[in-house]
Amino acid sequence: MYEILEKKVMSETVKLMKIKAPLVAKKAQAGQFAILRIDKKGERIPLTIADFDRKKGTITIIFMEVGKTTKQLGKLNVGDSIMNFVGPLGVPSEIKKYGTVVMIGGGVGIAPLYPIVKALKEVGNHVISILGARNESLLMLEKEIKSFSDELFIATDDGSKGQKGFVSDILQGLIDEKREIHMVMAIGPVIMMKVVADLTRKYNIKTLVSLNPIMVDGTGMCGGCRVSVGGETKFACVHGPEFDGHLVDFKNLMLRNRRFIKEEEQACKLSGVM
Amino acid sequence: MAVRKTKHEMPEQPPKERIKNFNEVPFGYLPEIAIEEAKRCLQCKNRPCVEGCPVEIDIPEFIKEIAEGNFDKAVEVLKTKTSLPAVCGRVCPYESQCEGVCTLLKIGEPVAIGRLERFLADYERDKGMKIPKKARPTGKKVAIVGSGPAGLTCAGDLAKMGHKVTVFEALHAPGGVLMYGIPEFRLPKAIVNAEVDYIKQLGVDVKYDVVVGKTITVEELLEEYDAAFIGTGAGLPRWLRIPGENLDGVYSANEFLTRVNMMKAYQFPEYDTPVKIGKIVATFGAGNVAMDCARTSLRLGAEKSYIIYRRSDVEMPARDEEIEHAREEGVIFKLLTNPVEFKGDDKGLLKEVKCIKMELGELDDSGRRRPIPIPRSEETIKIDTALIAIGQSPNPLIPQTVKGLKIGKWGNIETDENGRTNIPGIFAGGDIATGAATVILAMGAGKRAARSIDSYLKSKK
Repeated sequence: MYEILEKKVMSETVKLMKIKAPLVAKKAQAGQFAILRIDKKGERIPLTIADFDRKKGTITIIFMEVGKTTKQLGKLNVGDSIMNFVGPLGVPSEIKKYGTVVMIGGGVGIAPLYPIVKALKEVGNHVISILGARNESLLMLEKEIKSFSDELFIATDDGSKGQKGFVSDILQGLIDEKREIHMVMAIGPVIMMKVVADLTRKYNIKTLVSLNPIMVDGTGMCGGCRVSVGGETKFACVHGPEFDGHLVDFKNLMLRNRRFIKEEEQACKLSGVM
Repeated sequence: MAVRKTKHEMPEQPPKERIKNFNEVPFGYLPEIAIEEAKRCLQCKNRPCVEGCPVEIDIPEFIKEIAEGNFDKAVEVLKTKTSLPAVCGRVCPYESQCEGVCTLLKIGEPVAIGRLERFLADYERDKGMKIPKKARPTGKKVAIVGSGPAGLTCAGDLAKMGHKVTVFEALHAPGGVLMYGIPEFRLPKAIVNAEVDYIKQLGVDVKYDVVVGKTITVEELLEEYDAAFIGTGAGLPRWLRIPGENLDGVYSANEFLTRVNMMKAYQFPEYDTPVKIGKIVATFGAGNVAMDCARTSLRLGAEKSYIIYRRSDVEMPARDEEIEHAREEGVIFKLLTNPVEFKGDDKGLLKEVKCIKMELGELDDSGRRRPIPIPRSEETIKIDTALIAIGQSPNPLIPQTVKGLKIGKWGNIETDENGRTNIPGIFAGGDIATGAATVILAMGAGKRAARSIDSYLKSKK
């Protein structure tokens, strides 16, 4: 059992939890994820690691309540435990000095972006962060990301904070200003990552995206999380979760992410979490 | 008295009934029948059956005890060589092992050794398992990576020798392929749990949620343990590598079976993990895993369940019993048929598979006749779900993360016949060393590795 030590409500549908998982915390690196199962009848879901504390043995997860499991998880409180928490899984982010990096986080994707921003700043990159959300209340970790960024831009769909529009608009602005950019990383909704990758492809800027498709075991066994990257089938759980954004077949990814949408609705209704 | 030429039948659920449930298909022998069947054994002096058994069970001896009605004594004999008899008594390919060399084959059917093993295991489980005396603690510690048949066997044997054993399992449940792969109707999970409980009662500790290679490395384990055994199996699914394989509706056998067996998707929405199969399911491949997929599909409500296989019926690698059960249940076999493309609709949903007819040519490297496509023989079959069951490769996680470990050309860990790798203190066995094989071969490998780990620990001091 893995105890919930802290819980923070980030917005109506987004929660933060610190989970006691010393073995996972000991090994966790930026860019990796964990798989959890709440109880005996639960499903296994992957969640990207938003932060870790090796000394305290904790892993921070930040999740949006979108399905049965995340809604059920959101109802748990400090002192409650979840049955299984396994990790760290996936290949860690490559942390090196690129020069200038543009770090783009959209919605709940800002959470996994944070440890990578931190690590890339610590090795001496010039970090430009662009955070996007539907509105101000859904924007998270602004202060934390700011403290590890040289420049910070914000875009909201409704203009309630920062620039009205999309993260890609801000990126386009930077490119138009002829800013030298050595690497772009985008984590967020699939459509956002696709738009960013389509944009940077035109300018030949290296772009990494972090994918979070449907998984079961998370150890390379089932292939449920497979994505087509440059025409090759890769497993997000063991080959990823980060891939070259210019090579990912986003259309197929979006379709595969909708595989169980009806079943998800059914499960939510029946369990009364909706 | 003349010896009866045929095995005593084992009653089972009728096909029409059983495809509506996930309960076990055969019911097992009643004690009277078991005794009668045991009396068929000739008690041969040369014991061919024992040589045919990968874990060297003293078969004539336990059968003799059954024949005399000494079930407890029979269990004792059985369990000196196997810690997982209820599993072996269900999924072993007896026909090509112990029963395949039985002297009675000269006049008829062999002794039903598998059914008798199963009978004893079930008898013992119903009665409550007795824990054997352990050897004096040696003070040595062994880490076992993976709780499948190889790891559990190795763990059980080492514990009986007096070593302190810890098993590390990546998933949340024990058993490896016994849990995620083999369906409930062929191997009830309560039985796997009972066998694991027995091994735990021998003093073995099982830790879940530990992905060795990620959560902790083998090198780190060796700082705390005197030796390590790697039994991580063949978990990497193989693909057909044809267009459309990533459409919604195409599953690897592993994903499909893991969802249904381990995550209990057949009880969705009581359990949270879903699976959807539609009306027409095609399973590609003709091994035991393929039969499991095709039969599971029927139980999930498929109206048609195809086995599509590029060779002919004689080359099908599945056990005859599994093929027979599948046929009885109404699985449709489309043989000498090879898929070339999956096609979907504009939403990316699988709709059909294009196949081509095959004919058999010259012998290939596997000693089987090579299937060759017949030109212009394409046909399109409407399907809702495709299950790819054409085999698994060794799980690459450990081979990739242990520095200097010698790896074979299939990505397997290279070992000698006693499970020794090129690194002292690291042993391996089962599918991770041999590539995908059977439960019993993995158990045999676990057993031999336990012996060589024991002598390694004794020599190490």
